[in-house]
Amino acid sequence: MTCKKNISLSVNGVTRQAEIEPRLLLAHLLRDELNLTGTHIGCDTSQCGACTVMVDGDVVKSCTVLAVQADGKEVTTVEGLGDMEQLHPIQQGFWEKHGLQCGFCTPGVMISMIGLLKENPNPTEEEIRDALEGVICRCTGYQFIVSAVQHAAQLIAEGNAVKETTMSTGEGR
Amino acid sequence: MIPNAFDYIKAGSIEEAIQLMQESDGEGKFLAGGHSLVPLMKFRLTNPGKLIDISSIQELKGIRQEGNRLIVGALTTHKQLYSDALVKENIAVLADTARTIGDMQIRNRGTVGGNLAHADSAADLPGVALALEALMEVQGEDGKEVIDIDGFFLGPLVTALPETSVLTSISFLIPPSHTKSVYLKYAHPASGYAVVGVCAIAGVGEDGRIDFVRIGINGVADVAYRATTVEQALLGELPTAESIQRAAALAAEEGEIGNDLFASEQYRRNLATVYTERALSRILL
Ligand SMILES: Cc1cc2nc3c(=O)[nH]c(=O)nc-3n(C[C@H](O)[C@H](O)[C@H](O)COP(=O)(O)OP(=O)(O)OC[C@H]3O[C@@H](n4cnc5c(N)ncnc54)[C@H](O)[C@@H]3O)c2cc1C
Ligand code: FES
Ligand code: FES
Repeated sequence: MTCKKNISLSVNGVTRQAEIEPRLLLAHLLRDELNLTGTHIGCDTSQCGACTVMVDGDVVKSCTVLAVQADGKEVTTVEGLGDMEQLHPIQQGFWEKHGLQCGFCTPGVMISMIGLLKENPNPTEEEIRDALEGVICRCTGYQFIVSAVQHAAQLIAEGNAVKETTMSTGEGR
Repeated sequence: MIPNAFDYIKAGSIEEAIQLMQESDGEGKFLAGGHSLVPLMKFRLTNPGKLIDISSIQELKGIRQEGNRLIVGALTTHKQLYSDALVKENIAVLADTARTIGDMQIRNRGTVGGNLAHADSAADLPGVALALEALMEVQGEDGKEVIDIDGFFLGPLVTALPETSVLTSISFLIPPSHTKSVYLKYAHPASGYAVVGVCAIAGVGEDGRIDFVRIGINGVADVAYRATTVEQALLGELPTAESIQRAAALAAEEGEIGNDLFASEQYRRNLATVYTERALSRILL
């Protein structure tokens, strides 16, 4: 019998504790223990990326990370992005540019594209396609995903521009 | 897929990791990024009784220069490796190679030490490490030792690293400033791993003849190897299409060339030759 471990991690800004077997994968912790079923599991070979979440700001495949490895870390899942009132720019991009069909891959794709935009706020089409290497979409043919990411990049840039002008003019204080 | 049950413990220092491994009676495995180990455990191809997590040991992190070498901490991720200013400036081919590994998510987790300690010939770093005359800095029960990369890879997934030893850092040669280098990979279309990967570093002296050449080849053989016969065939030669072609024809000489459903032995031999020729032409012509 192996020993269970107590872990404590922040998930979408909320501290969560769990007593788990070391073999529990982060993807299963999120889905089965914390009921955050937006993170999907689409393969056994660490290739599809449907399980992608952010751990301490880095995009990772949660099916290939043990939950114990996330002890003390900050995890962001698709549930932590935005809500229907206030979509995250990446969600807005996917919404407006039809970046999904069945939607199975979408949580992982959106999170991984946030990873891209963090590093490269203004990616070319080629750079977006390169960054999509770690996810598989069986529906869209990727073209609409590329458009969605480009749109999201634009929304983020516009948002930042608005923030800058309100700061410099003192508006909205 | 769920791994077999195991115990998990985090090591706070290299000494503690070694001690925990000694106490595990052969049941233990070190865990770094987990991106080779966890997939194998999910398929139950390996079933360690205990994982000793070394990922938070500070001494295994960081990149620094010492003379004509870069010392890369074993826990450096592929992403950190290709983003690091020292690496990009001094050994561009190491950064470029790290950039071709897997995908963005894999590069965020996988580590240089894990990649080399795992000794998968289809991985990308073994060829580059051979060409850059890597020195594997190791700490174990009996203290520190350095293992030359030429004697490090013993077989598929087998290295000269003693079971209770930690690979602490890898020292890579900064190639002479007159050389150029490249890593060319033919990736398996499904897995993205290298069917062949050739790292070539070469330079031409003032007399117009090749005076420096290193070639490391991964993917095609059971174990990554340095193609010294190709190197010898080129040293002192003029860099021409003919001399490169003649030398590249020897690219499969030193490898135990593998064979699987995707790529036959003959096809792999041919890939080794063609990719070596292309790599050398890229930097010498
Ligand atoms: C989907 C996918 C695609 C991939 N594609 C590629 C690719 O294209 N090219 C490529 O090169 N790699 C690829 N990889 C592998 C990836 O680079 C791995 O991360 C890397 O090979 C192992 O590093 P790690 O830190 O994850 O090691 P781990 O999985 O933690 O460990 C691997 C092995 O090394 C041992 N080990 C680790 N660190 C040490 C140490 N410091 N001292 C002693 N022993 C140690 C462990 O005990 C274990 O046996 C891929 C992986 C996945 C999941
Ligand atoms: S479920 Fe994680 S990569 Fe497919
Ligand atoms: S939308 Fe169906 S898999 Fe991507």
